[in-house]
Amino acid sequence: MTDPKKTVSAKPDADQALKARNGRNIALALGLVAFVALVFVVTLVRLGANVGNRF
Amino acid sequence: MAKPAVLSPDTPTDTVRAARWQDYFQLLKPRVMSLVVFTAATGLVAARTHIHPLLGAVAVLCIAVGAGASGALNMWYDADIDAKMRRTRGRPVPAGLVEGSEAATLGVVLSLLSVMLMGMAINWLAAGLLAFTIVFYAVVYTMWLKRWTAQNIVIGGLAGALPPAIGWAAASGSAPLNAWLMVLIIFLWTPPHFWALSLYISTDYAKAGVPMLPVVKGARETRKQILLYSLVFIPVCLAPAATGLGGPLYLAVSALGGLVFLILAWRVFRSDAGDAADPRTGDRALYEVQTPEAAPAVEGKRPPPVGGAKDARNLFAFSILYLFALFAALLAEAMIGIRALELSL
Repeated sequence: MTDPKKTVSAKPDADQALKARNGRNIALALGLVAFVALVFVVTLVRLGANVGNRF
Repeated sequence: MAKPAVLSPDTPTDTVRAARWQDYFQLLKPRVMSLVVFTAATGLVAARTHIHPLLGAVAVLCIAVGAGASGALNMWYDADIDAKMRRTRGRPVPAGLVEGSEAATLGVVLSLLSVMLMGMAINWLAAGLLAFTIVFYAVVYTMWLKRWTAQNIVIGGLAGALPPAIGWAAASGSAPLNAWLMVLIIFLWTPPHFWALSLYISTDYAKAGVPMLPVVKGARETRKQILLYSLVFIPVCLAPAATGLGGPLYLAVSALGGLVFLILAWRVFRSDAGDAADPRTGDRALYEVQTPEAAPAVEGKRPPPVGGAKDARNLFAFSILYLFALFAALLAEAMIGIRALELSL
């Protein structure tokens, strides 16, 4: 689908590209871990509230 | 689905660097997100019902991520327009840093995550309103209205106006009239705010083929519409002080700020703003308030604003301040516990 004439044809410096990719990977990993932690904590809070409502 | 990456004419393709994570974050329009977080949090607190603080924070986070997702979808679809405008050509997609398809994927994934989390953690009314907001901004505004009608930002403004109602719905499970009054305030604020901006960058919009009001109907008609919308907007801003939403602090802020807003709108109406193109269209210049004292300081660096562009800039800058002050007053009153005023008939 991508027009080859208009796409980025550059070859960035290899070190810089590696560093940028590492940064992207770390950001993605942190985002995923944060999402898992968030779902876990929300589950605890909701469960806690529902347990409290039963008594 | 994949649109080709559209490079800005000024982008030197042999020097494009690899994308950093910050470039992907820029796709979420963080500046717009911060305003959305603020108005959503105000709606959540103004509902004055109990919500677990963590769930309240999750609700605001979902609204912020949903707004960011629609921003990424907008940047994917509008890359061709963004590449032609000085204000937007540095964005990650037109700058050649991020592929359009990556922006689209990020937008879709974050939309799904934010709506599902909102539904499961908070309630489905808030999730439904959030989903509606994302679809309205990404599809109705970006793909349809923006390129089709000069009323694009009037109708499209609804997407930016909804966060307080989503926040209110998240806190209380309902969306009463007062929540929609907050929506109406932002909805009516949007046209004078954006038209003031478009008066001094209308040449950019014309170049990009976006039918903004000054491009289609001319600057004179735009200045008239700014004044007319302002005359409707300010009374609506005062209304919360009579409906049990705002207290005395809110009344004072909305009345005083409203007066200044009307004066600035009148000055734009009487000016020749937009009649000639303003050469100063850098990003920083957009948010600068022009005062007579500040003018000589910037004269050496940039050409001075042409004609009434100064008046349009002042209205644009003040409109942001005014909206912020209105919501800050509502937020402060609800947090401190100041009783809201109510007109008894």
